[in-house]
Amino acid sequence: MSAPIQKSGAKTRAETQVVTANRLDDGVVVYLDPSGGWTERLDRAAPLAGPAALAAGLDAGKRAEAQQIVVESYAIDVAREAAGLRPLRLREQIRAFGPTVLQDPSSTARA
Amino acid sequence: MYRYDEFDHGFVKARVAQFRDQVERRLSGELTEEQFKPLRLMNGVYLQLHAYMLRISVPYGTLSSRQMRMLAHIARTYDRGYGHFTTRQNIQFNWPALKDIPAILDDLASVEMHALQSSGNCIRNVTADHFAGAAADEVADPRPYAEILRQWSSVHPEFSYLPRKFKLALIGAEEDRAAIQFHDIGLQLKRDDAGALGFAVYVGGGQGRTPMIAHKVRDFLPEQDLLAYVEAIMRVYNLNGRRDNKYKARIKILVHETGAEEITRQIEAEFQEVLKTDILRLPEEEIRRIAAYFAPPALPDRPARSSALEAARADSRDLAEFVDRNVTAHKISGYGLVTISLKPVGGVPGDASDLQMEAIADLAERYSHSEIRVSHEQNLVLPHVALDDLPALYAGLKEIGLADGNAGLVTDIICCPGLDYCALANARSIPVAQELSRRFGAPERQKEIGELKIKISGCINACGHHHAGHIGLLGVDRKGEEVYQITLGGSGDETAAVGTLIGPGFASEDVGGAVETVVDTYLKLREGPQESFLAAVRRVGQKPFKEALYGTA
Repeated sequence: MSAPIQKSGAKTRAETQVVTANRLDDGVVVYLDPSGGWTERLDRAAPLAGPAALAAGLDAGKRAEAQQIVVESYAIDVAREAAGLRPLRLREQIRAFGPTVLQDPSSTARA
Repeated sequence: MYRYDEFDHGFVKARVAQFRDQVERRLSGELTEEQFKPLRLMNGVYLQLHAYMLRISVPYGTLSSRQMRMLAHIARTYDRGYGHFTTRQNIQFNWPALKDIPAILDDLASVEMHALQSSGNCIRNVTADHFAGAAADEVADPRPYAEILRQWSSVHPEFSYLPRKFKLALIGAEEDRAAIQFHDIGLQLKRDDAGALGFAVYVGGGQGRTPMIAHKVRDFLPEQDLLAYVEAIMRVYNLNGRRDNKYKARIKILVHETGAEEITRQIEAEFQEVLKTDILRLPEEEIRRIAAYFAPPALPDRPARSSALEAARADSRDLAEFVDRNVTAHKISGYGLVTISLKPVGGVPGDASDLQMEAIADLAERYSHSEIRVSHEQNLVLPHVALDDLPALYAGLKEIGLADGNAGLVTDIICCPGLDYCALANARSIPVAQELSRRFGAPERQKEIGELKIKISGCINACGHHHAGHIGLLGVDRKGEEVYQITLGGSGDETAAVGTLIGPGFASEDVGGAVETVVDTYLKLREGPQESFLAAVRRVGQKPFKEALYGTA
């Protein structure tokens, strides 16, 4: 799971937002999907264009926290690109696509 | 090594059972995240960018082969096949599931390990010279005292809710290999004129956003007074340390705001109060009982010069360079301390895979009496290796890609996890370390540069010790861009110094070139290969480096 990191994210205008969190039992990064569930894939996240949609998404995040599904839900800015949604901030790109470190070939079982 | 007694086993087992219950209550919803967070932190569990992170204590950096194999097992079974050795001589796993952590703690307890006090506002893992008990220049082994401090500080009721976290480090030699002057309390074991053991005591050092060098408050504290004196320091801090502002809550701020003379007076006054009860005076027999656990293995006499090693060196330049850089003089003739660099060129500083951990456990069993050390410089050490065995050990390290002879050289970089893993970071640090490692990786280039410690932090919390780097890099976020500030002249040894910021920062694509400019400037102005980078910076100051970087001083 990797995609090239793009710089200058903060200078790019946010086109939409998605709600993200970490799953409670294993900590994995997840995104609110259109059905109200949670997906590990950013490209399956629900774009939340407009204040009403964003407020509803954040409410869904808080409900999922109360139901012990996720922790620390919040909204992030994303851009729509041909390849799908891309977080604008570097931090969120790394959360979405994984560490950018070059892997040591002598390591085993690195995902 | 120290071995758990019945009390230790029972204590750790009870804590694991307690945390298992807390995790179950969290997963069932009985505990909210707000209620659970301080409980998980007390057990070394963080929530990072991608997953939970478990930080496991390695007291004073000492591990057995059995323990290392268990770490490999955890990496393989519960994580993604690797672990990260840290600047507190700990190990972190980056991907464990919360639901698995009680099982991991059970596995750790089975080899006398735990994750307690690896987080939170308490006394953290006590660190020590990674060459302790073996180095030729050592007065005495500081680890028995580190163990005494560990036992005293574990769930100490008075010091479990300090204003802020608290770190102690010990050394037993003149050369400071544990950066004690950058600690809340630093202790140097020494002998007085009569030959009695005691400590020079330093208080109020630290890094983070306000780096400070510790003040020496005692030149010689008799060993039996260690706990009483440290307790006095803790009481002064616990009573007067600021709790209104977390950025001003460390003891270094208290020392700075109170003044070294006054804080020393307060500590000495409290020390006299503590002594009135005599409870904390360490009995001689108890010190010797604990010290017996750390008795060095029986090492039969060997010739100071190994003909087998000399013959192998003549055949292999790589081996010769490895020995020259990574083998340190042992107190027993015919032996050496071997640094296993976790900084292969282009690798992730401090990372080791499960296979590498297994192999190191095997090599330690075969060549170092099953003993391994973790250094605060994120390397491993085999402390008791016969010189005759070095060629075979080197061959074993080559098989696992950890035979780089770069200890103390420009590619032996300390580096925090940075924005690739850490929720606090503002910028990445590992990719910068990897780029620098590749840039300077050619053996001839490293050798030409000589001793040079680069240290990289991805935020102002300074887990990568950038303030103490001969060249320090601090990653910051400037309007969404990663920018790296460069400091020069820092040092974590007995000549401790905080590096000085040289000027405006550099973008991530430029910082490697900037460091190379600094290094090339040093090579041009040094008085010869015998003048190290740090010595040259101290002699010439920042001006020539500023001119080279910015075209102006």
